[in-house]
Amino acid sequence: MRLGVFVCHCGSNIAATVDCAAVAEAARAMPDVAFAADSIYTCSEPGQEAIVAAVAEHGLDGVVVASCSPRMHERTFRRTVARAGLNPYMFEMANIREHVSWVGRDKERNTAKATDLVRMAVEKLRRNRPLTPREFPATRRVLVIGGGVAGIQAALDCADGGLEVVLVERTASIGGKMAQLDKTFPTVDCSSCVLGPRMVDVAQHPDITLYAYSEVAAVSGWVGNFEVSIRRKATYVDWNKCTGCGECIKKCPAKDAPDPFNAGLAPARAINIPFPQAIPKKAVINAAHCKQLTTGKCGVCAKVCPSGAIDYAMTDTTVTEKVGAVIVATGYELFDPTVYGQYGGGRYPDVITSMQYERMLSASGPTGGHVVRPSDGREPQSVVFIQCVGSRDRHIGRPYCSGFCCMYTAKQAILTRDHVPGAQTYVFYMDIRSPGKGYDEFIRRAMEEYGVRYVRGRVSRIFPKGDRLVVRGADTLMAAQVQVEADLVVLAVGAEHAPGAQELAATLRVSIDEHGFFLEGHPKLKPVETNTAGVYLAGACQGPKDIPASVSQASAAAAKVLGLFARGTLASDPQVALVDPRRCVGCLKCLKTCPFGAIREEQGRDGAVRALVVETVCQGCGVCCVTCPQGAVQLQHFTDDQILAEVEALCRTPLPTCG
Amino acid sequence: MPDPVADLRIVGFLCNWCSYGGADTAGVARLAQPTDLRIVRVPCSGRIDPLFIAKAFYGGADGVLVSGCHPRDCHYSEGNYHARRRLELFLRLLPALGIDPGRFLYTWVSASEGQRWQRVVADFTARIHALGPMPRLRETDLAAAACHPVAPGEGA
Ligand code: SF4
Ligand code: SF4
Repeated sequence: MRLGVFVCHCGSNIAATVDCAAVAEAARAMPDVAFAADSIYTCSEPGQEAIVAAVAEHGLDGVVVASCSPRMHERTFRRTVARAGLNPYMFEMANIREHVSWVGRDKERNTAKATDLVRMAVEKLRRNRPLTPREFPATRRVLVIGGGVAGIQAALDCADGGLEVVLVERTASIGGKMAQLDKTFPTVDCSSCVLGPRMVDVAQHPDITLYAYSEVAAVSGWVGNFEVSIRRKATYVDWNKCTGCGECIKKCPAKDAPDPFNAGLAPARAINIPFPQAIPKKAVINAAHCKQLTTGKCGVCAKVCPSGAIDYAMTDTTVTEKVGAVIVATGYELFDPTVYGQYGGGRYPDVITSMQYERMLSASGPTGGHVVRPSDGREPQSVVFIQCVGSRDRHIGRPYCSGFCCMYTAKQAILTRDHVPGAQTYVFYMDIRSPGKGYDEFIRRAMEEYGVRYVRGRVSRIFPKGDRLVVRGADTLMAAQVQVEADLVVLAVGAEHAPGAQELAATLRVSIDEHGFFLEGHPKLKPVETNTAGVYLAGACQGPKDIPASVSQASAAAAKVLGLFARGTLASDPQVALVDPRRCVGCLKCLKTCPFGAIREEQGRDGAVRALVVETVCQGCGVCCVTCPQGAVQLQHFTDDQILAEVEALCRTPLPTCG
Repeated sequence: MPDPVADLRIVGFLCNWCSYGGADTAGVARLAQPTDLRIVRVPCSGRIDPLFIAKAFYGGADGVLVSGCHPRDCHYSEGNYHARRRLELFLRLLPALGIDPGRFLYTWVSASEGQRWQRVVADFTARIHALGPMPRLRETDLAAAACHPVAPGEGA
């Protein structure tokens, strides 16, 4: 076997703390190494061409590149060696950047460590075998989880691209947070006028199946062939019959149900349609508040419903859908401001959240678009906005910037002037972050044209004084304590991960970050992918985002899905388990441990039972290999032999062998 | 060659998705770590045969570190549970094999936990330095580790 080793400087990223020439020199003495060189940028075009040329010139059978993480460039280099005429699996990487040069400070030790990593890679490569992927058919359908603006965009883009879409929304209507907004920044255009038509498009698209009031219960399978079970929660209203006329709502005597759409500003009836533009526009009974369902004494809605749609006996049902890809667009949740006792959220009625204020500004909201104090219904003359409530505060585990609060606060301050001419508006802020298109201009307009008073500093305390509120804080630009009397205080709450994100992540086998947002495949280069093939991210489920960013990412996710299916078939990863029929004794322990059900029982021609791995189902975890008492299952590309060869490369004494 | 006193040999088995990613994250953030550890990348912590660890010790490793995805966070949904069961058992077996259990650690680090990874490496390396180089194991001990059915050079 003739191997080539290429040690990358990565400019000065590696070369600054690793003697790359010395590593290449040491590699020349390693078994089977016929060629070794160091190069400035191995991944660049000339760098890759040098590999192709060296393979031809030195008749190489395999290549080791010592550079960055294989999670970064393994695929790039596999393609390079394939271009050179080798099997792409005759390639190994030694990670001497992320794991050596960037974390070690001592050049001599780094060089020794890098040499060890190259030796491990060479020893592993000496035992590699050529592997070939198999083609398998993919189900050209996509599941979109979450019907906010990101989910809507992704669903429409996929459907317009010719895919069948299954859209699952947890609440009774699509629209998400954007549907609750009155206006959007920085254009101050009407939110539902922008979103409404898109929601209707979803409802009317022949290739989109919408499951509202439903949740993803389980996901099995793998890219190209997922099977999803969706729990359709009982609405107690037959949606095939319900016309959305609203007669039931008018007559329902239970008037104390929560109304999440109006952010708790006003109660709702036990039977309700979330908002006038809801899609689907169907009624849902809140079982916990329905008198018929809790006490058995009511039944008014069933009596008044002109289409006989009410069904108190309804139960949850489950449907199963087959899809080839999944887009997660579950969005975010708003921070609960009662965590900050000093602001009095939840205690003083005139301290409200930004979303409650938004509902108040909306003509379709509970106050008909009138800005009033919840305590006495008076129009406030002085409104104080407090930014970063639940953002940029590591004491409460929210060290990140939520990204959009600066902008929506400016919008709400501007709108306040439109609703209550002459009202004084104050904004307490830490920094203003307005990097989007037209954003900084918008903030400036709030300050200059609308006279919004921006005070830079934290608010320490809010307390009542008569029927008003006193907001006490610091003005760090004036280096002074300030105190403002307010009729209404609006807390600009930040974003946090959606409830249930962790459970959904576990169901989908993708990761979440330390704050509960879904983790992208790579922060720079795979912003919409996850580490699970076929699962993509759109919108604020990946981190706080405003509408344009959510929509862009949703379209990107749709493009990824369309790209995935563009070729008709998918190639399976050949790094799968393989049973050696001569060793297998048919105990089927592997079959029981495989998390994917990838192992089948098979009867050989000699009549004996053996295990057989189904190549396209196997995900290559290797759990079965450790289970098998016979050592009969081996994971291709990560065989016992290969892993032990790496271990041995690090050892002082040769590893004990069998027999 | 590394200085035998300053640099000890620590073999790390890391799953590709969480911990290897976490080590990458630590690297990208330039979080300084001691150089003793060398990482073997495996797809899943469930791929780690306790015998790999035993063999590493018999081959002269001074410490072995295994790190996988946090419980419930496994890329293969349950591989890390298999790992936990096997390694818990293996941990109790170590004294019988003549290996100080302090030389072995298995833990969980996710792809976003660069700082946690830095701490794990620093703490474990310090612990191994405190224990010093691994004493040479006797031939009889070696025989005990030689029971794995797949001989090097054979494989699939
Ligand atoms: S565990 Fe090993 S011996 Fe048992 S059935 Fe599976 S492959 Fe065959
Ligand atoms: S490697 Fe083994 S346990 Fe893992 S998916 Fe494949 S067959 Fe199943």
